[in-house]
Amino acid sequence: MLQDRTSDTIIAPTTPSGGAIGVIRLSGNDSINIVNQVFHGKDLSTQSSHTVHFGTIRSDKNQIIDEVLVSIFIAPHSYTKENVVEISCHGSDYIIQTLIQLFVKKGVRMAEPGEFTMRAYLNGQMDLAQAEAVADLIAADSKNAHDIAMNHLRGGISNDLQGLRQKLVDFASLIELELDFGEEDVSFANRDELRKLVAQIQKMIRQLMDSFKYGNAIKNGINTVIAGRPNAGKSTLLNALLNEERAIVSSIAGTTRDTIEEILNIKGIQFRLIDTAGIREAQDQIEAIGVEKTMEKINQSAILLYVFDVNELSIDDVKSDLNNLQRDGMTILVIANKIDKSNISESVFNELEYQIILTSATDKTNLETIKSKLFSFINDGQIQSDQTIISNIRHQEALQNAHQSLTDVILGMDNEVSSDFIAMDIRQSLYHLGTITGDVSVDEILGNIFGKFCIGK
Amino acid sequence: MFPEYDVIVVGAGHAGSEAAVAAANLGSKVLLVTMNMDTIAQMSCNPAMGGVAKGQIVREIDALGGYSGIVTDHTMIQFRMLNLSKGPAMWSPRAQSDRMAFAAKWRQMLENHSNIDFWQEMVTGIVVKNKRVVGVRTALGLEIPSKTVILTNGTFLNGIIHIGEKQFGGGRAGARAATGITEQLLELGFESGRMKTGTPPRVDGRSLDWDKMETQPGDENPGKFSFTDTPKLEKQIPCHIAYTNLDVHDTLKTGFDRSPMFAGRIQGIGPRYCPSIEDKIERFSEKDRHQLFVEPEGRNTNEIYVNGFSSSLPEDVQFKALRKIIGFENAKMFRPGYAIEYDFFQPTQLTLSLETRLIENLFFAGQINGTTGYEEAAGQGMIAGMNAHFKIKEEQPLILKRSEAYIGVLIDDLINKGTDEPYRMFTSRAEHRILLRQDNADLRLTPIAHKLGVMNMDERLARVEKKLIGIKSIGAYLEKYSVLPDDINPYLLENNSAPLKQKGKLIKVLARPHLGIDGLRENLPEFDQFLNDFDSEIINSAEIHLKYAGYINKEKEMVSKMNRLEDVILSDDFDYSQIKSLSLEAREKLETLKPKSIGQASRISGVSPSDISVLLVYIGR
Repeated sequence: MLQDRTSDTIIAPTTPSGGAIGVIRLSGNDSINIVNQVFHGKDLSTQSSHTVHFGTIRSDKNQIIDEVLVSIFIAPHSYTKENVVEISCHGSDYIIQTLIQLFVKKGVRMAEPGEFTMRAYLNGQMDLAQAEAVADLIAADSKNAHDIAMNHLRGGISNDLQGLRQKLVDFASLIELELDFGEEDVSFANRDELRKLVAQIQKMIRQLMDSFKYGNAIKNGINTVIAGRPNAGKSTLLNALLNEERAIVSSIAGTTRDTIEEILNIKGIQFRLIDTAGIREAQDQIEAIGVEKTMEKINQSAILLYVFDVNELSIDDVKSDLNNLQRDGMTILVIANKIDKSNISESVFNELEYQIILTSATDKTNLETIKSKLFSFINDGQIQSDQTIISNIRHQEALQNAHQSLTDVILGMDNEVSSDFIAMDIRQSLYHLGTITGDVSVDEILGNIFGKFCIGK
Repeated sequence: MFPEYDVIVVGAGHAGSEAAVAAANLGSKVLLVTMNMDTIAQMSCNPAMGGVAKGQIVREIDALGGYSGIVTDHTMIQFRMLNLSKGPAMWSPRAQSDRMAFAAKWRQMLENHSNIDFWQEMVTGIVVKNKRVVGVRTALGLEIPSKTVILTNGTFLNGIIHIGEKQFGGGRAGARAATGITEQLLELGFESGRMKTGTPPRVDGRSLDWDKMETQPGDENPGKFSFTDTPKLEKQIPCHIAYTNLDVHDTLKTGFDRSPMFAGRIQGIGPRYCPSIEDKIERFSEKDRHQLFVEPEGRNTNEIYVNGFSSSLPEDVQFKALRKIIGFENAKMFRPGYAIEYDFFQPTQLTLSLETRLIENLFFAGQINGTTGYEEAAGQGMIAGMNAHFKIKEEQPLILKRSEAYIGVLIDDLINKGTDEPYRMFTSRAEHRILLRQDNADLRLTPIAHKLGVMNMDERLARVEKKLIGIKSIGAYLEKYSVLPDDINPYLLENNSAPLKQKGKLIKVLARPHLGIDGLRENLPEFDQFLNDFDSEIINSAEIHLKYAGYINKEKEMVSKMNRLEDVILSDDFDYSQIKSLSLEAREKLETLKPKSIGQASRISGVSPSDISVLLVYIGR
């Protein structure tokens, strides 16, 4: 059964609906023959790989469904290493669906999400990290996300970690040398040098880990909730930031009942702005549901824009609101709104422990300041665009675990624990990094030792 | 003339002798066939047992009922526990043996076993019917019937000895090579390879100037290998340490043009960790001296083994170079060093029980599998002997896990990875070495041996149980009792440990660096009295278990994590050739090796982590 599911011919549209041109991909050993049955033009079965052919595809009743361009990729020189045909047709959902149905009738199966990539992986086209990167690439809808995914695909993460791994191998070799060949006439690395090496490795790991927040933000977008009391101007702020009339605004408190989500792209990072119902004692049941939903959204967000009307609230009101809204790990930016109707000075808010920006959403003042502040929460300038960025949670976990094991190594040395136990933590860190970079084998370590030291009686 | 035996063991070296004992200890009728009854259990290379990782193996063999530890205890002339500063997992017993006494004791113990018969002759082939071995054929033309056969031919299969430009057939100096077996096995479809090892010259102890060398005495309070009541070592003989120098190196270089190694006459692959002296000065030319261990060969001989000076250079060059060593100015040579090439069979042709995949009931153990070392050979011999017995009885073979024993690591490595050079055990090969200690070999393995029905294990099991109870009650005491600052602070300060400000649990104090049970009992009379009820062996083991409990438990957690992959079973009829997504190499290896589990598959060389992911995808994980 399993056998069939990895060798039959599969089909799926590879472009999203709504474009001028649609592309349908078939992969499987029979794909060329199957397309050939309905394609009117050259005989596709005699064409060489990486060629494009114009023709028509006709239904069983010999009616033309569409004029198409057919690209042929012959195994193993294709993305999946199987025979692949890509059909470029006109981008109408109707045409695409009709074509796919035609092929399904011929015995082709609809591909499951990611199945082309899974085949590429199963057929040895790419390794696990690369396959994950492709999945990310497909899902990437901003330029930066695309860059990260491309970087992984080219082996960027593996290259960076390769250097790190080699340092660890050298380190492990020194300890193993001491353990297995303690009777030999070889000198061992002193502990201070080992500490330096660990510190160096940990620094590299930390840099990669630090990039995760940024990488994750690029990949998934940042939940940024706009919250505050009714009529503070939250929806006005949303509209101002998006520069469009997305939310209905009125002077009536509680106009926003449901939450509204819109993407705001700041320098390639997607902030998912969530406008919420104002928080107050609900006047009716619908509003109560709205407030509850607001709370739920706040709990799911990494950044909270707290908006208040400077003409309405005292500093103590603000403080008490912030106390209620603060969550662990959440970054809060306070927006003092409606300054156009006030002559309040910024120094009034000095005693607040939060960053604050004075604005008038209606007049669109200081919007750029808000945007650059939001961006700085994610990237404080330390991450360069050409640096390897971790965006995969599995990688991040492995790095965290490796870092922890190395901390245990240092702890062991502090406690003057014997080398066998220190070696245990070193092995752990190698193991964790190995889940990203591939295993470090004993043979590799022994080879390293025999290559560098004169061992043997 | 012969009855049908349960097990015929071909070869009576360390592998063969342990194989014979192991099968006999389970009740099998064994015939031990050797070319020379006077060289049973010869130490062909250095006169020592144990060492780092190897000492642990000897302890494991002893815990399973083998004789290597007992024989060593009876015949050693020096004992040292190596690596004491490196932590309890690294403590490794090593003995300097009396070569002649060692072999004599082995022969005596074998002869005392009622299930073992002997026959002196060269085996020239095995008798095979329907892909199953049914006996052996000897040089005299005899056919001796047997249900199973274990081949432990050591370096004898087409052995060629090299000294300088001379070369001649031989299984070791002074012994004929064995012929016929390799050729027959090749016809049966086996694949053989060539390996090489070497040994240093032996010299006359009367001709050495001992005062010019460093003395290396045995331990003040020598330990031993066996968990049974073997005698404690009295009257130790010291070893000595000498060094080569540039003069020695220059002299050796004058013979390089006649070296069989550099001239390419030796084709076999030698071990990287046991290079000849000419190899060392060639590869590490920046080193101006190399350490030599000058080891006595016994109590009743002046013969001396020059450990570290292994060489196949012409004997006159060896001699001249030896005399340039400080302390060796007047050295007389007893025997020259030499290199030996021999046939081996890639161990990937075996299953984990050490039975061959091609011929049923045929087992291989020792150097024939590409290993080196007495201990590695003995460990395999023991497992092959037991599994030959279980094969006849149609019982499950004994397959030790990597987390259970070094012997398990050894065999798992051999079967899954094969070997490109003579395989020697290192502690680094064991991923769970924290658990594979010399102090707990009995706790790990004696219960297994007892359960399998190995003879005379009742008393041993009782000792194990006593030890376990002892460890527990010492642990309970330390958990329960607190110590007053005044009672312990002098000891703490003496050892640069922060003084206690208030009462503290003893177990916490023990966990601190540099502190031990001995120090605690010296300062706490009550604790001392409590410990008087326990043997020192139990106290030592308890100390390790309790002081390092954090690390030991962490390691155990890792084992259970790893074992999850061991528990994903792959059936023998799994058709790997159909999975095109596996690499070609992985497909071929998996097809021939038929791993029992995903865990085993992951250790096969040529099977990459992505191949494992593919397998997991296929079996639906």
